Amino acid sequence: MRQAFARTDNLILALLALLMIVMVPGAAFAQGEAISDADLVERGDGVYGEPPQSAMPGEIVAGETQPPEAEGSYTPMAPTQGKGMPTSYEDGALKSMTFQDQYSADGNYAVWMHDGILLPVITIISLFVLGLLLYVVVRFNRKSSPVPSRTTHNTAIEVVWTIVPVIILVVIAVPSITLLARQYETPPADAITVKAVGYQWYWGYEYPDHDVELVSNMLSDADAIANGEPAQLAVDNRMVVPAGVPLRIQTTGADVIHSFAVPSLWFKQDAIPGRLNERMLTIEEPGVYYGQCSELCGTRHAYMPIAVEAVTMEEFENWVRVQGGTMPGEEELSEEAVPLGQETGVAVDEESDSADADIPAP
Amino acid sequence: MATTADNFAPAAGHGGDHDHDHADHKPGFFARWFMSTNHKDIGTMYLIFAIIAGTIGGAISGIMRVELAEPGIQYLTWWAEFMGGAGDINTALHMWNVFITAHGLIMVFFMVMPAMIGGFGNWFVPLMIGAPDMAFPRMNNVSFWLTVAGFFSLLFSLFVPGGAGPGAGTGWTVYAPLSTTGSPGPAVDFAIFSLHLAGAGSILGATNFITTIFNMRAPGMTLHKMPLFVWSVLVTAFLLLLALPVLAAAITMLLTDRNFGTTFFDPAGGGDPVLYQHLFWFFGHPEVYIMILPGFGMISQIVATFSRKPVFGYLGMAYAMVAIGVVGFIVWAHHMYTVGLDVNTKMYFTAATMVIAVPTGVKIFSWIATMWGGSLEFKSPLVWALGFIFLFTVGGVTGVVLANGGIDDNLHDTYYVVAHFHYVLSMGAVFSLFAGFYYWFPKMSGRMHSEMLSHIHFWTFFVGVNVIFFPQHFLGMQGMPRRYPDYTEAFSFWHQVSTWGYYITAFSMIFFFANLVYAFVAGRRAEGNPWGEGATTLEWTLPSPPPYHQFETLPVIEDHHDYHDHRPATA
Repeated sequence: MRQAFARTDNLILALLALLMIVMVPGAAFAQGEAISDADLVERGDGVYGEPPQSAMPGEIVAGETQPPEAEGSYTPMAPTQGKGMPTSYEDGALKSMTFQDQYSADGNYAVWMHDGILLPVITIISLFVLGLLLYVVVRFNRKSSPVPSRTTHNTAIEVVWTIVPVIILVVIAVPSITLLARQYETPPADAITVKAVGYQWYWGYEYPDHDVELVSNMLSDADAIANGEPAQLAVDNRMVVPAGVPLRIQTTGADVIHSFAVPSLWFKQDAIPGRLNERMLTIEEPGVYYGQCSELCGTRHAYMPIAVEAVTMEEFENWVRVQGGTMPGEEELSEEAVPLGQETGVAVDEESDSADADIPAP
Repeated sequence: MATTADNFAPAAGHGGDHDHDHADHKPGFFARWFMSTNHKDIGTMYLIFAIIAGTIGGAISGIMRVELAEPGIQYLTWWAEFMGGAGDINTALHMWNVFITAHGLIMVFFMVMPAMIGGFGNWFVPLMIGAPDMAFPRMNNVSFWLTVAGFFSLLFSLFVPGGAGPGAGTGWTVYAPLSTTGSPGPAVDFAIFSLHLAGAGSILGATNFITTIFNMRAPGMTLHKMPLFVWSVLVTAFLLLLALPVLAAAITMLLTDRNFGTTFFDPAGGGDPVLYQHLFWFFGHPEVYIMILPGFGMISQIVATFSRKPVFGYLGMAYAMVAIGVVGFIVWAHHMYTVGLDVNTKMYFTAATMVIAVPTGVKIFSWIATMWGGSLEFKSPLVWALGFIFLFTVGGVTGVVLANGGIDDNLHDTYYVVAHFHYVLSMGAVFSLFAGFYYWFPKMSGRMHSEMLSHIHFWTFFVGVNVIFFPQHFLGMQGMPRRYPDYTEAFSFWHQVSTWGYYITAFSMIFFFANLVYAFVAGRRAEGNPWGEGATTLEWTLPSPPPYHQFETLPVIEDHHDYHDHRPATA
């Protein structure tokens, strides 16, 4: 355990090594390589080598990693074209040039603010500047205006072009601050908690109140298309939540920083090792909403999509049972059942030999 | 060997026979270019260096745009093998991260900064304030070669192991823990060290500029009579001096976290990855103003010159830059809206960020007011400056959109951000660089470039960059994340358009290089002042190119000269 080392020894070593790196670039190079080899071996044995998590695109067959049916059954919802996913130019030129349709109250407010205030304001300002430039080019070129004026000051106009932008910014700031306040409302005590944990390179979803955990990997392009889902956005196990009720979305990172982002829900929250971020989200109606990891997290950053499936409360309860979980209050939850290290998500220590035990079972 | 004494006007007591042509006495090749203490030679080397680095950085963006032309991985595997890695999919994907990292670092630290501050700053700050050279000529040389060493350290990192393949794949922001525990191998160490070297060079350069501008202005040139380009470099130098040490601290902590078991950014030892982001962006936001402020200065000179009119609202222009510099230090967390900031913090940074629009607006409107009532002559520098004003406005207003913390929740880390910062950099900073280049090329080389070629260069470049970056706003709003080598089918149309734009832009660069060749082979000799009565700053009182040592007799700036009209009456 490196924490056990005496701090002073460490510091002296560090200073010596720093000297070495400055004085002898060759030595620094050799040392760096040694570290990399050791690291790679450890990764292979331990934390990063869990088979289902690191599946290559194409290795997972649709439905293969579905858990066995416990009671009742659950069929993944078929996505609606153009809902909760990007629209191609061919399917709608205008739709492909703006925000995805929103399915949360904050999202609708934000789109209203963008389309109703920001976009008109910035378009008018840009066209105004363009118009002034064109006017100047036509009116004050050497032919039309051979003798330049010597005007260099006009206090009135300088005051105007300082004050007017301030007023415009205040007009923008009011809805902007309102939007922020809405986004930061505290979830009610009975909100359903879902903890999204970012791993290299997949998502883990934990429902601490329902005793459900699952791992979500990207489907291969072929499987996604066979399922009728957009390629590179479809996953084997979706994050299933009830629509119309407040959710408490928590995010944390297990290895590096990831970001849990769903554009059609106006939701993006970084998943940072050592931190537990929390934000309330209410999805307005059932549907499948796709998103993608939005913080550079290494080689397969582009291949860890997010799929949120919002269903009715009855369907959600059914899904929980199919996953082998329970609804809160149905049954006593035993504290021991929660695997170690999930509270913070930081217990994954690549230097520890028992790292395997810290990883939640898929 | 040239000594400092040789570089200055001969002291009394030197033989009189020695005096008459001393100003043009140049040392031998090696001493002149490798041990240079002459601000013009160092400026030239910075410019050549920036052109080389920019070509490499631009070629990397070509690799990326071609890969992104359609969904799937097409060429990365080949590149992974070409760079000496394995030809598997993981190495290919790692290669992508290496390309985005190298493109960002090269363009920021080895193209824009060396060209603006090292190149034009070195060349024209002493000329414009009537000084014989920079205050510390030898330190000037150290600054340049540290930058070159930094560039080589970065290039070297491309060929040593960095995780799944060769090179550092952390992004130019080098966020921990991806850059610490997430990236084994020495590549990231070399990339970080490259920033140390380039940063040290810039800090030395900044102290040099501050000392020069405060102490070596010609008699009569008060601060309020300095040309706006000098003002812009002064403000930039202060930003560099205050921001770069913070970056140096942050990346040194990365190095010790990586190699010596510290845990500054590792929660397992009580550290915090978000701390790194605060430190990085405390540097990073002033950095974006460092990249654009000298451009503001150049645009002011050019607009005034070709309008044949003094700059409108000179004091407002100068203090708008000071205001931008000051406010630039208190808005950094708008790059971090999604890390889980407190709501009050987000509200503060939203408001503070929007404030920057005010001094920026003052500058835009003052440039237009300078042209208003003027007598515009559409020489190549003015055309590029007009392009700058419009495109920088477009990039600026999308910045106001992104300033809103609630709106940024959706746009953060998408192509909307990519479009925004390329509008202010690829179009803002780069258009001002080309404007400045065409403006001062006759002065620096003594040759006239072809106006026709530079106009063709402008129009093809203007169309090209807009076709690249405007559709990226659409992609971002639809949710396309940054730093992805691959994407779902729905994004393919606008990506394809964007890639066509790259081809147009790359094609347009042919005219730039052809113009250089033309100027040196067949360009006619440039007069001391090729731009006419509007060019009033001191560099135009000298022949083109200026003598090896200028202003051995200091020019005197007469009292009656108004703002921004500094040509001595006797010249």
